[in-house]
Formats: sequence, structure tokens, C-alpha cells
Amino acid sequence: MTTKPLRHDAVLSAKGLTRRFGGVVAVDQLDLHVAHGEILGLIGPNGSGKTTFFNVITGLYAANAGTVSFDGSDITYASPQEIYHAGISRTFQRSRLSLPLSIFDNIMIGNHKRLTQRLWFNLMNRRAFKAEFEASYAEAQSLVAVFNPPLAQRMMEPVTGLSMIDRRRIEICRALISRPKLLLLDEPSAGMTHEETAHLMKDILDVRTRIEGLTIVIVEHEMGVIERITDRCVVLNFGRKISAGTFAEIARDRQVQEAYLGLQ
Amino acid sequence: MALAGLDKKPSILPGATAVVLATAFLIVLLRVENQKAVITLLAFGMVAVVATNWLGYFTPVARSFSAREDALGPFTVVAALVVAAVFHEDHFVLLMLCTVVLYTVATLGLNIQFGYAGVLNFAGASFFGIGAYTAAVLNQHTAVPHLLVLLTGGAMAAMIGSLLLLPVLRTRGHYAAVVTIAFALLLKTFLEVNDILGGPQGLQVRGMNIFGWSFNNNIEFAGIQLSFYVSYFLLSLMILIVAFLLVRRVERSWIGLNLDALRLDETAASCFGLNIVRWKVTAFLLGNFLIGTAGALFGMVGGFVQPNNYTFADSLILVSILLLGGIGNPWGVVLATVLVVIVPEKLQVIQEYRFMLYAALVMIVLLFRPEGLLPRPVRRYFSEWRS
Repeated sequence: MTTKPLRHDAVLSAKGLTRRFGGVVAVDQLDLHVAHGEILGLIGPNGSGKTTFFNVITGLYAANAGTVSFDGSDITYASPQEIYHAGISRTFQRSRLSLPLSIFDNIMIGNHKRLTQRLWFNLMNRRAFKAEFEASYAEAQSLVAVFNPPLAQRMMEPVTGLSMIDRRRIEICRALISRPKLLLLDEPSAGMTHEETAHLMKDILDVRTRIEGLTIVIVEHEMGVIERITDRCVVLNFGRKISAGTFAEIARDRQVQEAYLGLQ
Repeated sequence: MALAGLDKKPSILPGATAVVLATAFLIVLLRVENQKAVITLLAFGMVAVVATNWLGYFTPVARSFSAREDALGPFTVVAALVVAAVFHEDHFVLLMLCTVVLYTVATLGLNIQFGYAGVLNFAGASFFGIGAYTAAVLNQHTAVPHLLVLLTGGAMAAMIGSLLLLPVLRTRGHYAAVVTIAFALLLKTFLEVNDILGGPQGLQVRGMNIFGWSFNNNIEFAGIQLSFYVSYFLLSLMILIVAFLLVRRVERSWIGLNLDALRLDETAASCFGLNIVRWKVTAFLLGNFLIGTAGALFGMVGGFVQPNNYTFADSLILVSILLLGGIGNPWGVVLATVLVVIVPEKLQVIQEYRFMLYAALVMIVLLFRPEGLLPRPVRRYFSEWRS
């Protein structure tokens, strides 16, 4: 086991977190902490509770037991909206972009808390609106350019026409534009080739250096990805934590090998 | 830019040509009485539209409308004024034009609700009727200035709509639509049995009167006789312009983006901080306000309100206008209302088959052009802005 970071250093910590669906315990008394600034890999076989954990953290599912605290405050029963405002944003396992909308529009959906939402401002004060629009446009464009410079020239095109990897990039940009403290990536490599995945991971590392203090939790099945980009890993099986540590450590763990390979 | 030549402003010429041709066609169509001539004319129109589409001439028209709305909007208003000027003595045609304009305003309201926020409203005609009944009661019993009566009609529709909305908001998907259908049936029955509101016979609505100028008298202007409907038409047109600009501003702002986001994916929208209830309510109230305002003026134009004018079937017509024109595109709403109101009126032969025509038309459009006659283009926040 690695030395655990100090308790006060944790950005997110879950204690005894449990979520049941009928008789199935999807997340079972999970204790987990994410240290400030690290990339934590969350791995485990299909159905081991990784996505459910994300959905409980982001308020889409209510926890049946346990607590979650983020940045010093209890968010166990907070709504998805409150959690976003607190500084957690995410991507989804199955892409959830709004396909008929433009790249810019999709990214601005993620920028909700930084845009002025008052009716009068939006409908009547077009001069001020234009200033905010242009500033947001420039910011979104430079964020997209980190991932794919040619894509940044196509901001007003609908997302429908984009390739899988570009859609994934836009989804990550949508999650990053509001400058969250914690980014949850749910299987960013799903449906992409090895080369595309490698490219996307390099982009994620690039973007992390630009956003100070960004912490990332990543759910991933590609072990190559996990090995290369994570600082630490937590392995789940049937909703329980079976191992934690650096990739090298968990790869040696007998329980992990059993869960993945079915060794007796 | 991905496409060459986009740095140059697209020409307004294709759009302007389309407006001129459509206006000329409309004038001829409205003039002709002979049924055979009307049918020939409509057949010619359909062939012309299909041929234009086949030759690909609609693409430049669409592009000039989306990029040069600042010039083509006023141009279309002038075209509408020309049509009204041509028929300045004809009560029947002018009444029809008023109907087109006010139905357009109402459907623009539905467009905010359904086209942007995705909240289905199958009680559009009921809220239109609430506006008309408000006008009837206020004009009869109070001295409220008539322009204020219009706004009150809108406010009443918004207020009663918000009561309806409370149960709707707790549901997702199509349950909301069922609640609005129930409301449409309920309102009609309520009006029929309520003696104060005239029961099934309805109420008379006093005409518009602004600063002592009564809209119900014919006008003589520089020796020319004008139908009294000309004043109603002008006022309706002004309301339409304001409604159109409002809908545009809603779409081209963060509000429009919020509404699109919650329509397309409520879960994702919630995860990015969007307060679903707040924006659904905003869209519904704004839409109902437009519907009620249009209804109040429509009541004054017609001079009469009765429960049978505002049935569930009429609500379906409003929804079909939206589907036909292109959900989310205000220009599509304008075009579809012209078609849906004027064509059946001119085709006296098919009067009884009106609903069959709607049904067939909507099915054909949904089959071959599922996004409507004028599909909604990708949002641009400023018509002149380019990256």
C-alpha cells in the first residue's frame, strides 16, 4: 500500500457510501478519497459500480447510506445543480452532447454558472450580451484549440458531423470550460481506436497543466491508459473496494487479478 | 472558415426574390374566386416549389434569410403591407390576413414552448380563447385602455397557464401533453356551462378603441375608402413584429441555449447547473403571454367569442402549423400559417375536408421533410457576426 495523502488534502472523500438498486448493491460501503491535484483511476470489471459511484457523487442517484464531502462541505444529498456549482463536472460514458447544436453551444451548456442568466440582460441588453458572448467565444475557442486546432475553426458547426474523438473532445471541453476543481471522466476512450485514445490522453495531460489544481477521476477499461496517466488507482468489484495503490501495485494484487481474469 | 467566400456578406437577392414571388402569388391567389382557377393556381404553386427545390434554388434563399435577416425582415413587412394595400377595401381578405398574422403570433408562442423548451402544449387554442374572453369581459365592463387589455389577455393566459403547469412540471415526457389536453376539454366545458361568460352562445366583444379612434369604423384617407380591418391588420402586424423580435432574442441568447439544452437532454443539463423547472416555467409563461395577447386582439377583430371557436381541434391546428413550418424556425411559422389559414379558405370545395387536408399535409411533410418546410438553422447569436 502507498502512503495515504493527509486527510485535509483530500478534495473528495466518500465514507461508507452505499447505493442499492432493489437487491443489488451497486456501491457497497465504499471509502474513497481523492487527493488534491492527482489523477485517480477508478477501475474494475463491468458492473462493479464505477458509473454508479459517479452518478451518486454528481447527485443523479441518492445515496442509501454514507457520506460524500467535497472541498470541506457535505454534498451527500446535494442536487446535480448544486454539485456543479460547487465545482465538480463530468463527462458521460455514452456521449451526451446535444447533437443538433453547434460546438460552441455545447461547450456553453457547460459554462452555465459563468454566463449571465437574467432575462433583461439576455433579451434587452444586447450590447452587454455581445461582449459576454465574444469573451466566451474566444475562451471556448482557445480551449478547443488545445485538443484540436483545426476544430477550433469550426465552432459554429453542428456536433452531428463530428467524428467520435472530436465529440469526446467537445464533451471534455464542455466539462472544463467552467474551470471545475474536480473533473470526472467516465470511460473517455469508449468507442475509439488505440491511436485516438493515446492522442486524447495526451490532450488531457496537456490541459491539466493549464488548469491549476485540477483533480481528475477517470473510469477506464484500457489498462494502457490507466498505467500511463494515473497517479493512483482504486479497484472496485461488486461495489466494494478490493485494492488501491499505484498501477504497479494493483497490477500485482492477487485479488485484482482474480477479479479481472477469474483466477482461482 | 471552412467554406470559401463566407467572409463576404451573403446577398439578400435570393431572399428578396423569393419574397417578391411569394407575395405576387399570394395576391393573385387571393384575387381569384373561380374554383377551377384556384386549383390550377395552387397546383402551379406546388409544382413551382418542388421544381425550385429540385434545382437547388432554396439553399441560397435559406442562406440569405439566415444571414441577412436585418434587411429581409423589414422587406417582408413591406410585402405584407403591399398585400394589405391591394385589398384595402376587401373586408373578407383583410379579416383573413388578420387571422394569419394573429395565428402566427400564437404559434410563435407555441414555438417557444415546444420548439425550444420541448414542453408540448395541446391547449394553445384554449389560451388563445382565454385572451379573447378577457378582452370581451374587460371591454364590456371596464374602462381599461384597450392596448392594456391586450397585455391583460396575455397575462391571464400566462397566469392560468402557470396553474396548469404545476402538475405538468412534476412529470417528464408526454405526461405533460396529456395534462394540456385535459385542460383544453375542461375549459371548453367550463365556458359552455358558465352563464356569466355567455354559455354556449358566447359573448360579444367591443371593438378596439385607441385614444377615441374606433377601429370598427371604415376609414377614408385622401379620398380612398379603406376597410376598417386595415387598422386591425396594422395593429396585428405590429404585434407580430414585436413577437418575432422577442422570439429571435430568446433564441439568440443564453436563454435559448438553456431551453435547447433542457429539451435535448435534461440529465446532462442538470449536471451543468441548469434549473429545469425555472426555464420550463419561463418558456411556458412567455409562450402563453404571446398566445393570450394574440387571442385578445383576435376577439376584438372578430367581435365575438364562443366556446366552439377554441376547441382541442383548433389547438391541433396550431401544433400542426408548427410541425409544418419547421419546429424552432419563426420564418417557418410565418410560411406555414399563411398556407394553413389561406389555402382552405380559398378552396371552398374542400371546406368539409379541411382536417383531412391538414392530416395529409402534415403526414407528407413529416415523411419527406421531417424537420418541416423550413428547418431550423444552427443558432447564430448575431445575424451579422462571424468567427
